[in-house]
Amino acid sequence: MIRAKDVRKQYGNKVALANINLNIPSGSIYGLLGPNGAGKTSFIRIMNQITAPDSGVVLFDNEPLKPADIGRIGYLPEERGLYKKMKVGEQVLYLAKLKGLSSSEAKSRAKEWFVRLEMEDFWEKKVEDLSKGMAQKVQFVTTVLHKPALLIFDEPFTGFDPINTNLIKNEIKRLNQEGATVIFSTHRMESVEEICDHIGLINNGKVMVEGLLLDIRKHYMNGTYAFTTKEEQTFSGMDVLHRDLQHTGHTATIKSEAYPSALIQKLAKESQLLGFEEVLPRVSDIFIDIVNNGPKPMNS
Amino acid sequence: MKSPILLIIQREFITRVRKKTFLLMTLLAPLLLAAVMIVPGLLASMPEDDKSIIVLDEPSILVPEEGTSQFSLEYLNPNEFDLETGKTFLRESDKDALLYIPSGNGWDPDFIKNNILLFGKEDIGIDLQRFVERQLEEKINQQKLIRQGVDPEVVAQTKTKVTIKSFTMGEEGNEETSATPLKMGLGYIAGILIYFFIFFYAVQVMRGVIEEKTSRIVEVIISSVRPRQLMMGKILGIGLVGVVQFLIWVILSGTIYVVVSTFIYPEIFAQQVPAGPGSPDLSTVDQTNLFSMLNSINFPVVLSGFVFYFFGGYFLYSALFAALGSAIDQEADSQQFMLPVTAPMIIAITTAMNVIQDPNGPLAFWMSMIPLTSPISMMIRLPFGVPIWQIALSALILVSTFFCVVALAGKIYRVGILMYGKKVTWKELYKWLKY
Repeated sequence: MIRAKDVRKQYGNKVALANINLNIPSGSIYGLLGPNGAGKTSFIRIMNQITAPDSGVVLFDNEPLKPADIGRIGYLPEERGLYKKMKVGEQVLYLAKLKGLSSSEAKSRAKEWFVRLEMEDFWEKKVEDLSKGMAQKVQFVTTVLHKPALLIFDEPFTGFDPINTNLIKNEIKRLNQEGATVIFSTHRMESVEEICDHIGLINNGKVMVEGLLLDIRKHYMNGTYAFTTKEEQTFSGMDVLHRDLQHTGHTATIKSEAYPSALIQKLAKESQLLGFEEVLPRVSDIFIDIVNNGPKPMNS
Repeated sequence: MKSPILLIIQREFITRVRKKTFLLMTLLAPLLLAAVMIVPGLLASMPEDDKSIIVLDEPSILVPEEGTSQFSLEYLNPNEFDLETGKTFLRESDKDALLYIPSGNGWDPDFIKNNILLFGKEDIGIDLQRFVERQLEEKINQQKLIRQGVDPEVVAQTKTKVTIKSFTMGEEGNEETSATPLKMGLGYIAGILIYFFIFFYAVQVMRGVIEEKTSRIVEVIISSVRPRQLMMGKILGIGLVGVVQFLIWVILSGTIYVVVSTFIYPEIFAQQVPAGPGSPDLSTVDQTNLFSMLNSINFPVVLSGFVFYFFGGYFLYSALFAALGSAIDQEADSQQFMLPVTAPMIIAITTAMNVIQDPNGPLAFWMSMIPLTSPISMMIRLPFGVPIWQIALSALILVSTFFCVVALAGKIYRVGILMYGKKVTWKELYKWLKY
C-alpha cells in the first residue's frame, strides 16, 4: 500500500528522516514505532502531503503520492481537536466534505456512525459542551467517515479513556477486516503489540528493523525460556528473570546461553518438568537490544 | 463536490455571520455612527444657560453695554461698592458672576487690561470668559485709538474682508471650481474607512488562525487541504464578512441619517452640521457651487480606487496577520509582533493631514508608493487628482507585494501552524522561510 524509497527530510540542521525505506503492506495493521523525536510524525506528515520530502519518493499503491490520494487517507493526528464553537454535526459534515464527500453522502454515513457509537444526541451539541471522551468519539468518526483505504493514527490512545480505547480498537480491527490498511504510530510500543501484524522500528530518523511482527520477535529471541516445574527450583548457574507460583506449578523465566535441550535435561533430573517454552521478546526489549547492540542481520 | 477553498470560505463566512456579536455589531455600529453625525448637530442647537453678570466698572469702560440675551450685564455703582462688598453682593444675589474692572492710577489701559478679575459662583465657562474678554478688548482698543487721536469709526470703515474664488486649471484648458474642502473630506473619510476595515478584519484573520491552532484542529484540516488554501479561504471568507457588514452599515447609517434629517429634526440639518475637531471644515462649501465642485472630482477613479485599495490593503495585511497568527500559540503573545506590522498603517493615518495639505508633494508621493501605506495614503490623495502613471505604479507595487507576501506568509504559516509551545522570535520566523 505504502512504499517509502530513500525518503529524506531535514528541518534546518536537524535531520528528521535520514533516507528511510519502509514498506507497509496492503491490509496490514502496521505499527510505526520509536521514541519521541524518532521521525514518526515527520513521515506521517509526508504521507498526508502536509509536507514534502526533501528527496526520495513515497508510493501509494505503486504510484507516487498525488493530491487526490488525500481522499483515500484518514488521519488522526497526535495534536487533534475540533472547532469548539461549532456544532458537532456541522463539523463532521464539513470535514467530510473537505475530504471530497458530497453533502448527502456525508450526512447518511455520519448518521450511521453516530448510531453505531451511540452518540446520536451529540449532533446538535457544540463541541465545547462535550466531555473529553465524547469529543474523542467524534474525532474518530471524522477520521473514518470517508471510508479511507489507509488509516493513520498518530499516538491514538494517549488521552483516550480505557472504554473508548477498547471501543476504538475494536472498530479499527473491524475496518481492517473490511479491507482498510491501518498504521499506528506510537512511542508506547507495548500498547500495539497485540493488535499489529507488522512493525517498523525507527530511531533518530533511521529504520532499524521492519517486517512481520512475529518474524521479528522470533529473530530477536535471545535465550529466554519459561519453565513450569512441580517443585521450586534453584536454577543454579542461570540468570532468573522472574518467578511465580501458578495453579500449574512453579513458573520461572530464565536467561541462558545454553542450548534448550541441555537445559531441559538438566532440569528434568532435578524436578518434574511440567512445561517449557522459549519466550518471544517484547517489542520494547527488541528496541533496547537494537539501540544497545545494533540490528541483527536477518539472514543469520 | 465543492472545491475545498469554497468550503472554507463558506464555513468562515457562515460561522461568523451567525454569531450574536455579528448581529449586534452590525446593528449597533450604524446607530453609533449615526449618533456621531447627529448628536453634534443636536447639541449645537440646544439653548445654553443664560448667565447674568454684575459688573463693577471703576473706569467706566463697559458702561452702558447690556450684553446679549445669553450673557446679560448689570452694573454696580462704583461709588457705593468696592471689590469686597461686590463679592458679598454676588454671594447674596441670584447673579452668576462678578466682573471687576479696576481704574488703576490715572486710567492706564495697559494697567487695566492686566488687572481685570472675574469671579463666578461656579466654574466660569469658557464661553463666558471669551465673551467678557472680547467685549473688553473692543472697548479698550477704542479707548486707545481715541487717545492716539484716531476715530474708531474710521478704523471700522477701513476693515476689509477678502473672499477668493479659486479654480483648478484643467488639462484641456477648462477651469473648474476648486473644491478643496470637499476633496479633503472625501479623501480623509475614505482613508479612515480603509484603515478601520484593515485593522478590524485583518486582526480577525489572525484570531481565526490562532483559534485553529489552539483548538488543534489545524492538522486535521491540512491533511485534507493545502495550508495555503486554508489561509486564502480564511482571508477571503472573513473579507466577505467584512464587505457584507460594511454594506449593511452604509445602508443602515444612510437610512438613519436620511430619516432623522428629513423627518425628525429637519430644522437642525437645514444648517450645516458643525465639523468635528480635526476634520476639514466643510461649512464653507457654497450650496450653489456644490454641483460644479462635485464635477471637479473624478468619481469613477475615486470609487474604483477605493474598492481597489480597500481590498488590496486588506489582503496584504491579512496575509501578514495570518502568518503572525500561525507563529504564536495565544493572542497574548502577539503584542511584540503586532506593532512592527501595524506601524506603517498608523504612520499612514497620522500623516494623513500632511498628505491632504500637499497631496502632490514628496511625502504624499512616497507614502502612496510604499505598499504598506499606499492603501490609506493614495486613497487620501485620489480625490485631488493623481497622475495616472502614479496610480498605476502604486497599484502594481501593491499587487506584486501582495503576491510576495502571500508566498512568504504562506511559508511561515505552513510551518507555524504545526509548531506548538515554542516562543517564536524574528530569527526563528526567518528560518521557517527556508524550511
